[in-house]
Amino acid sequence: MIFEQLVTSFVAAAGFAIIFNAPKNVLIQCGSVGMIGWFVYTVLTINRVDAVVATIAAAVVVAVTSQVFAKWFRTPIIIFNVSGIIPLVPGGLAYDAMRNFVGNDYDMAVQLAARAILISGAIALGLVFSEIINQMIRSAKWKRLQSKYDRNGMNGY
Amino acid sequence: MDKQLITKVCLLAGKVMLQSGAETYRIEDTMWRIAHAFGAENAQVHATPTGLMFAINETEPTNFVRILERSTDLHKVTEVNSISRSISNGNLTLEEARESLKEIDQEKLAYPRYVQIIAAALASGCFAIMFQGQWTDFLPAVIAGGIGFSAMIYFHYIVKIRFFAEFLASLIIGLVAFFFVRIEVGLEMDRIIIGAVMPLVPGLLITNAVRDLMAGHLVSGLSKGAESFLTAFAIGAGIAVVFFIV
Repeated sequence: MIFEQLVTSFVAAAGFAIIFNAPKNVLIQCGSVGMIGWFVYTVLTINRVDAVVATIAAAVVVAVTSQVFAKWFRTPIIIFNVSGIIPLVPGGLAYDAMRNFVGNDYDMAVQLAARAILISGAIALGLVFSEIINQMIRSAKWKRLQSKYDRNGMNGY
Repeated sequence: MDKQLITKVCLLAGKVMLQSGAETYRIEDTMWRIAHAFGAENAQVHATPTGLMFAINETEPTNFVRILERSTDLHKVTEVNSISRSISNGNLTLEEARESLKEIDQEKLAYPRYVQIIAAALASGCFAIMFQGQWTDFLPAVIAGGIGFSAMIYFHYIVKIRFFAEFLASLIIGLVAFFFVRIEVGLEMDRIIIGAVMPLVPGLLITNAVRDLMAGHLVSGLSKGAESFLTAFAIGAGIAVVFFIV
């Protein structure tokens, strides 16, 4: 079950990278970021962690991984961020909310919509965290680590 | 220091990035870095989603570029980024930088349309599985997603209003999903629709909006947020119409 989730999330994230015209040589990495984020989210929700908390955790993991990949492969971080974040977008909840609005069940619709907004907020929080990590990496304490990544970077890219 | 040429190179770099969907703060940062590398120590840059302003110094005249068409092409963003990197390292002259930026500006999309449609279709099927769908709904979601994404490209090509294209695309997705459930190929209409709609979701816009707001670019952040909200609303409205019809 978890295996099929891993494969589908990898293909979905890589597919999104193609839709956004990401460079060909980072497609695998985009898929991996999406897969890692979705893995964290699925494992947490299976263990009955609240979806909002699970989303924050997954978004933070996505942020950290994208940050490392961006430094490593010398590409703008946005490429990895987007692929990783997309699976976490509360599409299902937003859909259910909209369906209830259409069916005139406003109580349920507002509940679901509030939840969708909360999860979107959680995603935003995770992205903010990515910015904080970026600044930590830039600060002097992490210089050694950064130059280590840079040496492994794809030269001439 | 050739002020005219520096301004041209900076504006071209900014224009390519803005049209390809880079974050506003990255655009301003890149333009400032290029100007700085060529000796304009006090260059002033301001970017919004619809326009780009650049002055080589506070007291110099301001140059302005209007951006009408924006698409998503992260490949170009990466290329401009690496050009600005080599300019900062002193590996490119002003004239070389201008030539390579012009080349990037003329480049076509990194992937042909049909590859993008296949990718969107596959992603749709996978999303249907990720949102607890059955494997029987995989193929219907793939087809609905493919048709929906092609419809969005086509409608955006004939009508230049993006929200309308998204509205029609999600309407078609809803109808295709309904059709599949009706002929009993698909099981759950909800899962098929959610999966197929995902390629239309403005993921890049949402991400950019948050990142821009965090970087202090309030105008760009809010306008991108509004754009993504409108897109989400258009998708929702398209699906809602299907429920009213069937």
